[in-house]
Amino acid sequence: MRDLLRPYKIELRLAVVLALICIALAVAAPQFATLPNLTSLLNNSAVNLIWAVGLLVVLIAGGIDISFAVASSVVQYIAAKLLISVGGGNWLLGFLFCGSLGILLGLLNAWLIHGFRIISIVVTIATFNAFFGLLMFFSGGRNIYDLPDWWTARIFIFEYENAQGIWSELTLSVAVMIGCVIATWALIQRSNIGRQLYAFGDNPEGARRAGVNIAVMQGVAFGWMGLMAGIAGLCQVNIVKEVVPNALYGRELEVLAAVVLGGARLGGGKGTILGCILGVMFVAITQNGLNLLGVSPFAFQMIIGAAILIAISTSNIDLSLRPRRKEARS
Amino acid sequence: MTPAPAEQFALRLHKVSKAFGGVQALNQVDFEVRAGEVHCLAGENGCGKSTLIKVVTGVHQPEQAGLIELFGEAVDRITPVQARQRGVSVIWQDLALFPHMSVAENIAFDDLVGLRPQSVRYREMVERSGEVLSRLGVTMDLAAPLNDLPIAQRQVVAIARALMNDARLIFMDEPTASLTQSETDRLLDIVRKLSAAGVAIVFVSHRLAEVLDIAERVTVVRDGNLVGVYPTEGMTQARLGELMTGHLIEHEVVARDLPDADVVFEAKGLSRQGEFADVSFDIRAGEVLGLTGLIGAGRTELAHVMMGLRPADTGEMRLEGASYRPGSIRDAIKRGLAYVSEDRLSLGLLQKQSIADNTVISILQKLTTATGLISDRDKAATVNHWIRELGVKIGSPEDAISTLSGGNQQKVVLAKWLATEPRLLILDSPTVGVDVGARAGIFRIVRTLAEEGLAILLISDEVTEVMYHSDRILHMADGRIRQTYDPRDITVPQLEERIYA
Ligand SMILES: Nc1ncnc2c1ncn2[C@@H]1O[C@H](COP(=O)(O)OP(=O)(O)OP(=O)(O)O)[C@@H](O)[C@H]1O
Ligand SMILES: [Mg+2]
Repeated sequence: MRDLLRPYKIELRLAVVLALICIALAVAAPQFATLPNLTSLLNNSAVNLIWAVGLLVVLIAGGIDISFAVASSVVQYIAAKLLISVGGGNWLLGFLFCGSLGILLGLLNAWLIHGFRIISIVVTIATFNAFFGLLMFFSGGRNIYDLPDWWTARIFIFEYENAQGIWSELTLSVAVMIGCVIATWALIQRSNIGRQLYAFGDNPEGARRAGVNIAVMQGVAFGWMGLMAGIAGLCQVNIVKEVVPNALYGRELEVLAAVVLGGARLGGGKGTILGCILGVMFVAITQNGLNLLGVSPFAFQMIIGAAILIAISTSNIDLSLRPRRKEARS
Repeated sequence: MTPAPAEQFALRLHKVSKAFGGVQALNQVDFEVRAGEVHCLAGENGCGKSTLIKVVTGVHQPEQAGLIELFGEAVDRITPVQARQRGVSVIWQDLALFPHMSVAENIAFDDLVGLRPQSVRYREMVERSGEVLSRLGVTMDLAAPLNDLPIAQRQVVAIARALMNDARLIFMDEPTASLTQSETDRLLDIVRKLSAAGVAIVFVSHRLAEVLDIAERVTVVRDGNLVGVYPTEGMTQARLGELMTGHLIEHEVVARDLPDADVVFEAKGLSRQGEFADVSFDIRAGEVLGLTGLIGAGRTELAHVMMGLRPADTGEMRLEGASYRPGSIRDAIKRGLAYVSEDRLSLGLLQKQSIADNTVISILQKLTTATGLISDRDKAATVNHWIRELGVKIGSPEDAISTLSGGNQQKVVLAKWLATEPRLLILDSPTVGVDVGARAGIFRIVRTLAEEGLAILLISDEVTEVMYHSDRILHMADGRIRQTYDPRDITVPQLEERIYA
């Protein structure tokens, strides 16, 4: 058992902290541990978690992406225009359009990074600004309301009415989120492509010598991020029922914070789906709890900041100058 | 000897060249390895040994015009995957392992390379890597992340990885540099077995005794040029060293007495639970004190305590008469200690920074002018001085450290510490991976520094090294100082016998 848990040290610690927070909130805020609150917590985290698993793949491969939230906005806007122009479309077309547009934007990042040997943070800050600038220019900052009906229809995968007549529901986005999580898990944990992503992030030169195709790995990592950004964009429209060009601007840092909290290593080679989920839940629950307790939203930002500092300073001790003991054998 | 038919060669290179910018790493080199042969590739640091391996395995593309034949078939623009499929595997000098992956994943990684999707079977991975390790006679925690292991064990992992795929040609680039004696013996044993089973082995090592012991033939390369191919039968270490460097390297005992010199450092009854006990010794100004013993005797741990990397449990240290209790390595450096560590890859160097920056990193304060900026001229002067003194083979001081050959990186570590102008220098296995010529160069510098009054603690498990370069020898075993020897009163075989007894 100890052996099984060992690779999940950070995740385990985060899970314990999260459980303590939940217990504390359940005591302090009676509404917290109710079904309606928990389901809405899940609904509200769906988009973040879809982004987060995409970002996890990029971090594992040793990169970073700042542009994904804005990329989702770009995808939403173009997909809305395209779908309207083909007469409305349906969910299938929606996934197809959003997914492939997202992949294209991701591959653009990968191409800039690999083709011109520029580090990913620089490239994605540039594409972040370019995507957002172009989007605001072409949309004029105007929202799109007249979306196809299927896209804005409320679809529930779970409904329950309690004795007081209050509904608890899980939306379609939660189902999509679960699908994205499972697919990403299969990619990074179960496929040889995923293991090569880890290797590439961990030791790029070592991976190259072993014959790992570096260009393809960049493409897979950022392409997957793009795919998740496209799907997240699609889901987010279903939740808010309109396309607002600047609605997602700024969300990227919150997601990055969650993924890093979950133990993904900036610099590559490390990170798990479980940690990613816990990180996103940590951020969501903290925010929700402070809300319920009536604390200022700025306190939330401070707490997330502090949590990141604590998590990183206590988990990456292996980066410091710790003398290693030699084996005593002779 | 009649030439063997083509299929009896595992590898044939004909006029293969490779240049990096201005550096001609390989110049029209011919190289042949017969099937089942143990063939040694020898030469000074930076002569192109690792580059040759990389060219054969498709990591670097050679220049046009050369010819490479693997198992009798000409290959052109080979990729690492194709090389592996043809039965070539490599133990890389820098290991090229993945620090955050488990031991089992590292050993079995190569099976997963490629773009054809396949699922990962962890159980099979654990079984197969366990099997290879047991062939090596090692038990290891297969689930442990690699970066929790000491360097010697990481080396074992790299060896296991190369044995995983039933290769017919294995390159071993300094596989023994950080192994203990018993691990080395076991590896050499496996090499012999593989060779008997028809596997060709190309062995690179700067430990010439080992080379002569294991190889049938040795190919010597100097500055990217082929010097010649020689049978090891009848070859001596001195002759091989001469072929590599172009001049004869002689050893003699240089010990001297220093009755009047001041004591620089003194340890009294130093102990640390589970590592060493009741260690007392002193070092005088201008003295080279050799410290030898088997790996695991507690030598490195002792050095770590002296450098403030960990505290002693009991006992006392004095530096130039004053009490000395370093709380950190920074304290130790401030008090005039310097430490060339045995583990240069993780402790010594910033791989992505330039050679120049690495050299001056510990003396930035000294190079700072009144304006608070670093003086480029002083920096260049310092860097050039040490590069010249140590004979570091480089293209330009602005190249990244990672482009240097392994042995030349070690010289930069030494330069970095010498630049701090310390009063007590601790050299912990300073010549691991350093060629014979450069070793002589390093010890010439050590001698000069000692003559200028520097106190030097030389830690080494090569008996000849402490024998020929120190004034006094401490023998440490199981965490205790066993005995002190004067190199003038003992011979190398006698000393070896006491240590390995
Ligand atoms: N990627 C690179 N870029 C630039 N120069 C390089 C690169 N790789 C090797 N070199 C240079 O090529 C020469 C040969 O290096 P190589 O690593 O083959 O030496 P080596 O014989 O293996 O030495 P050692 O015994 O120290 O390992 C050196 O001068 C080195 O600086
Ligand atoms: Mg080398």
